[in-house]
Formats: sequence, structure tokens, C-alpha cells
Amino acid sequence: MDQFFFAAEVFINGLMTGVMYSLVALGFVLIYKASGVFNYAQGVMALFAALTLVGIMDGQVPFSHLINAMFGTHLSNFSWTVGPLVAIILTAGVMVLLAILIEKLVLQHLVGQEPIILFMATIGLAYFLEGLGDVMWGADIKTLDVGLPQGISDTIEQATANWFGYGFFIDRLDIWATFIAALLVAALVAFSQYTKQGRAMRAVADDHQAALSVGISLQFIWIMVWSIAGFVALVAGIMWGTKSGVQFSLSLIALKALPVLMLGGFTSIPGAIVGGLIIGVGEKMFEFWVGPLVGGATENWFAYVLALIFLVFRPQGLFGERIIERV
Amino acid sequence: MFYREAGDFKTSYRDDSQTFPIRLDRWGYYAILAVAVLVVPFVINDYWASAILLPFLIYSVAAIGLNVLTGYAGQVSLGTGGFMAVGAYAVYKLMTAFPEVNVVIHILLAGGITALVGIAFGLPSLRIKGFYLAVATLAAQFFLVWLFNKVPWFYNYSASGQITAPERTVLGWAVTGPAASPAAKYLICLAFVVFAAWMARNLTRGMIGRKWMAIRDMDIAAEIIGVNPLTAKLSAFGVSSFFVGIAGALLFAVYLGAAEVTEAFGINKSFLVLFMVIIGGLGSIFGSFAGAAFMVLLPVFLKNLLVGGFGWPTDLAAHIELMIVGALIIFFLIVEPHGLARLWRLVKEKLRLWPFPH
Repeated sequence: MDQFFFAAEVFINGLMTGVMYSLVALGFVLIYKASGVFNYAQGVMALFAALTLVGIMDGQVPFSHLINAMFGTHLSNFSWTVGPLVAIILTAGVMVLLAILIEKLVLQHLVGQEPIILFMATIGLAYFLEGLGDVMWGADIKTLDVGLPQGISDTIEQATANWFGYGFFIDRLDIWATFIAALLVAALVAFSQYTKQGRAMRAVADDHQAALSVGISLQFIWIMVWSIAGFVALVAGIMWGTKSGVQFSLSLIALKALPVLMLGGFTSIPGAIVGGLIIGVGEKMFEFWVGPLVGGATENWFAYVLALIFLVFRPQGLFGERIIERV
Repeated sequence: MFYREAGDFKTSYRDDSQTFPIRLDRWGYYAILAVAVLVVPFVINDYWASAILLPFLIYSVAAIGLNVLTGYAGQVSLGTGGFMAVGAYAVYKLMTAFPEVNVVIHILLAGGITALVGIAFGLPSLRIKGFYLAVATLAAQFFLVWLFNKVPWFYNYSASGQITAPERTVLGWAVTGPAASPAAKYLICLAFVVFAAWMARNLTRGMIGRKWMAIRDMDIAAEIIGVNPLTAKLSAFGVSSFFVGIAGALLFAVYLGAAEVTEAFGINKSFLVLFMVIIGGLGSIFGSFAGAAFMVLLPVFLKNLLVGGFGWPTDLAAHIELMIVGALIIFFLIVEPHGLARLWRLVKEKLRLWPFPH
């Protein structure tokens, strides 16, 4: 019986991890839908957002290492700290600025290139942003605390212990992440369904040419989409950063979001969420049952192999659009 | 002026379709090859071998391999690092299991084993394509690295989990292990580079290469005119992995000497080789060399400039290097998506007429 409850706990924790994956995958889907760009840099954007947030909250001087190296000064921090809410708003502003710069400096010049060239450009962007984040804010591991509750939830442990005689260990941060993710998705759906800009965004996603011909500015839409993706990256960065510290490995969660996308389909927001849950649960359960037999650490590759096997049977993913090709 | 075609007449189809149809070009390449074989081994020192020449040669082989797959057959792969690891571990197992066999044969066999693994991971390419396939090849990358980490048989149950190349000789000269001289290492790598370039060039301009290019340009149309996508795609995966496996074997056995799989063959290696192919030029053998040279020389140059020249701390220089590499990749993609090979072709076009504009 304990074994069953333990499996159930692993299952629930898998769901929570899946939500986190979905958060990153969402950013990918938004950009891919609206511009056909497969944005490899989404994970690094999350890292960059988290670094900026910590930097602003601690009142760090940006580029202090570089300035110190160039001019022999000893700058490090301003004498103030910034509250979480203000810092989040400022960081969101930085991400919008970043979106504008990316559009102006990169995407605008690559209109009409093959998708693979655009993909490569985002890999370049990922390298650049990673370097920029480190140069701006330093590469040391930072803790991020915006006031989200953390640690094992005692209430749930007590309650389940009374009901089943087995206390479930569930991180409060995960519960909050689930809640915030749901809120974010609801907001995104509402935005795309009920606002003028949202409708324009969907029009661009459906057909660039047609959208252009009815007077929608592609440039504006792309900047908007990248800003939203930047904001989603910020939310993901806050969650992951609070959970495991702000460090380079944070950008690697982007790699985890890729199989989520493959499973869910590149163009589907529900797909990103369902895919995230399946991968999150799948890898935790696989590690639980099969991991001990093969030496563990199966989480590194399980998601990919699952997605790979799945794709052989359904190439467009769970919710993806069926790819119809004509010669 | 520099590119003299006048008087360079062809009287047979055979002459017309040779690799270097311009006589000047042909002699130029022979001259470079002669310098590489007859001069460089005598002037080479440890720094040049380990910092520039060996990585350049080895990554050239890897870039040629990936270029066959991505540039000629149009299948994007992010699993290069994993396949290089297969080559490295295959050569390690062969070297320790059959010490009396020549190491050259081991390296070729390692390439063959990698080809088989590559074909296995290429199987999904029949159903999925584009980004889906690119991401699917990441499965190979992560699974293979995990496998070599977790199964002790691959690293002969060594305590550290590392593999170390034992000393092996070719014609009496040590080419692997600590006793190998830079010249011997250089020459064996050069031999494999020449072999790889020669083979890839001839494969890609023959029937099989045309099939790959037909699949790349429009797979459905290719199928209609009678190209079998199964054999075309899998042969591309096989040939590509063969070269990548050889590159991995050389990287481990000749260059590094000892390797730990997550560090030496991680995802960054996949991206590095992909950058070489993109910057050098998709679908060009010369581009593979140009890209490899660029990506090998750039960090050396930046390190000399930033740390040696400006005296900045190494970690800051490393971060700035990341920024510059990223920015350069974007810059190249914007200015010349077809890479250095295309630039070189343009230079040649200009030189053909120089000093007259028309």
C-alpha cells in the first residue's frame, strides 16, 4: 500500500514538474505560431530574465565586471534594493526592449529566409544572450526570492496523513507554479480571443500575406509576440530560479521543453500544456519504476526517446496541425 | 588575372566534370597538399599542433560528415556530439580488445560502428522532417551520452569513468598516447582528412549525392522521379555518421588522449559542428574546412586578444567570447546565409575578371 501511495506522490510531483516544462514550452509555441520561428533561445531568455530580476532586486551595477576590467574601478552594487513587484515590472520592461532589439537587429534582416536559417539565428541569439547575461550580472549562482512560498506543505502532509495514513510531500512552490501557470494561460487565451491585438496576432499566425493585406503591421506583431514570449520567459525564470537558483543550468530546461513541444505539436497551446504534463509525469514514473534497474538518471533522455517513438506514429504531435504537402 | 581559364580547354566530359576543372585551381590544391605533407610536419611544434592544427583537421572531418547530412541531404542533426562519442568509445573498445591490430583499422571500424548507430537513429527521418527531426536527433545525443556514462563495460570498468587511449603505432611511429610526437599525430589526422574530403567529394557528385540533393530540394518530387527516400536518407545518415565517428575517434584517441563523455561529447559539440557547417557553407566540402578553421581560430584569437592583449580576467573573456560567437553567427546568417564557401566563390568570380570589371 505504501508503494502505491509513493507512486501516487511521484505522479503528483511529475504533474507539477510538467507544469514548469509547459511554462517554457508556451513561449516557444507563441513565437512559432506567430512567426514560424523556432526560438531556441527561449530557455536562455528565461535565464536572462531571472538574472536581470535578481540584478535589479539586489541593486547590482550592470556590466560592473566589464567596467572594472576596463577602467580598473571597483564597482559592484548601488546602495539600494528594489522590491519584488517593481523589479518584476522593470524586468518585463527590459524583456520588451530586448524583443524590440531582436526584431530590429535580427529578424527584420532575415525575413524570407528558410526556417532552418532562422533557427540557427536563434541559436546564435541564445549564445549571445547567455554571454550578455553573464557579462551584465556576473556568472555566480544567485538565489532568487520574490516572496513565493517554498518548502514542503505541512497542511497537505498532515491532511493526507490523517486520511490515508501516508503523508504526501508536495512543494508549496509547485502548487503556486501550477496556479500561476493556469492564470498565465487564461490571460493569454483571453488576450488572443478578446483583444484587437490578440486577433491580429492570430491573423498573422494563420496567414502572413493575408494579414499584411488587411493592414496589420507584421513588425508590431512580431515585437509584441517576442515581448509576450519574454514575459512568459520571465515567469518561467522566476519559478525555476526560485526552485533551483539562478544559474546557467536554468537555460537547459529549454532543452526539456523541446520534447514537450514535439509531443504536443509546435502550434498548439493546449498541446504545450498536455505535453508538459505527460513528459513530467512520464519521466518521473519511468525513473521510479525502470530507473533503479538501469542505473538511474534516465530523466536526461526519457523525454526525448518518448517523443521520438511517439512521433514515428503521429508525426505532427498530439495537437499539431496535420502537415499536408503538395507538389 | 589570378584565375586563368583562357586556354584551359576540355575535350571530354570526363575532364569537364572533374573536381577541380580549372588548372590553376588544381595545381593550387596540389601545392597546398604538398606543403601540408612535406613542410608542415617538420616545422610543427606542440602549441601549433594542439591549439590549432589538430582540432582544425579533426573538426573538418566532423564538419564534412555533418555537411553530408545537413548540407547535401537536408536532414538537420543536433546529435553530432553523441555520434562522435560513439566513435570515441568504439575505438577505445577496439584498441583495448584487439591491441595487435593497426589503429588505422580501428578508427575505420569505429566509423563503421558509428554509421550503424547513425542509421538506427536516422530511421525516424522517414516519418518526420524539419524541426521535428532536429529535435528528435537530440534524443540520440542525450541517450548515447547517458549510455556511455552508465554502462561500465564501455569504459572498461575504470574507476574514474574516463577512457584513456593506450599507445599505438603506425609504421613504427607512436600516434596515440603521451609518447606520440606532434608531427605523427598531425600526419595521421591529415591522412584521414584527405580521405574524408576525397570520399565525400566523390560521393556527393555521383549518383548517390544527386539523390541526396534531390531529397533535400524537394523530397516528394524526388520520390516521384524514382529516388527511394528510404535508401537516400539512411545512406546519408550512414555516410555522415561514418565521418563523424572517425572524427570522434580521432578527437579522443589522437587529440585528447583521455576523455569523459559528458564533458568531451556534450550538446555543445553538436552545436559547434553545426556552426562550422552553417558558417562554412551548407552543401560544400570547402565550406566544411572554412567553417572548421573559423570556429577553431576564433576562440584562440579572442583569447589572445582579450586575456593576452587587454589583460582581462579569463571568465569575463569567456563570456565575451560567447557574445561574440553568437553575434557573429547572426551576422553571418544575415549577410551571407550560404557561408564562407559562397564568399570564396564570389572572390573567385571577381578574380577571374580582375582587373577588368566586365
